[in-house]
Amino acid sequence: MSGWFSHFMNHPATYLKWGWVQISVTNLVVILLMFAIFLAAVFIPFPTHNESHDEIKNKGEKK
Amino acid sequence: MSKMWTARLREGWQRNLPIEKLIPDAQPAYVASWIYVFGVLTLAAFSVIIASGLVLAFAGPAWYHTSSFGLFVNSLHFWSVQLFFVFMVIHLWGKFWMAAWRGRRMLTWVTGSVAFVASIATAFTGYLIQTNFDSQWIAFEAKDGFNSVGVGAVFTVTNLGQMLLLHVAFLPLILGVITLVHVLMVRKRGVVPPIDADESNTFENFSGALND
Repeated sequence: MSGWFSHFMNHPATYLKWGWVQISVTNLVVILLMFAIFLAAVFIPFPTHNESHDEIKNKGEKK
Repeated sequence: MSKMWTARLREGWQRNLPIEKLIPDAQPAYVASWIYVFGVLTLAAFSVIIASGLVLAFAGPAWYHTSSFGLFVNSLHFWSVQLFFVFMVIHLWGKFWMAAWRGRRMLTWVTGSVAFVASIATAFTGYLIQTNFDSQWIAFEAKDGFNSVGVGAVFTVTNLGQMLLLHVAFLPLILGVITLVHVLMVRKRGVVPPIDADESNTFENFSGALND
């Protein structure tokens, strides 16, 4: 390991405090990223191919 | 004459979970959303955890603490757990906000919740058997917690042998069985529709697996 990564890994975590609430910056970043992924999963449209019910049914029966 | 138990079991299985439901070839239209992907992503991460865990168990700590490939598999095991929890929690959020216990899916929800708790226990014992300063710190912090609720004599977090066996034998088996029941319940009851979905339309893209 070298550079900023080595520096980052070899130092204690930075903590944020609001009264009795305490969280490391790393954990907060992970939670915020999870929120971002959740929102993206809800709002980004899923790529679909518009097959009809009959096409899907026929495909299933052929196999 | 009453039927044999094997016949009752077979007929019960066929009635509750016919093969068309167990291995469907299409899903309802509303499943075409990224939020429905996170359950199977969790299962994929779980598969990597089990596979890398088996390699670690067979090769042993003298290998995975020293060789480059051993360290890689050890890291693969650790990071797949991180992704497992990220995917599982997003899956949990998605299912919570669409009230996924609707439509007689209570057992699906309950087995998912129990699997979540069992995952935490499995991951916790995993942290305890790293045999480094991190695991020592976690064990001695947790010891006071478990002692304070009176279970420290039974669940001894500083007992490496107990934690190792719980992590590699007991807890993965429990988690695997609960996960299997969870997936079978999803297949039996079907994937939960969104709250505002018009169910009369959502099944048009589906070949009949949920028609009960």
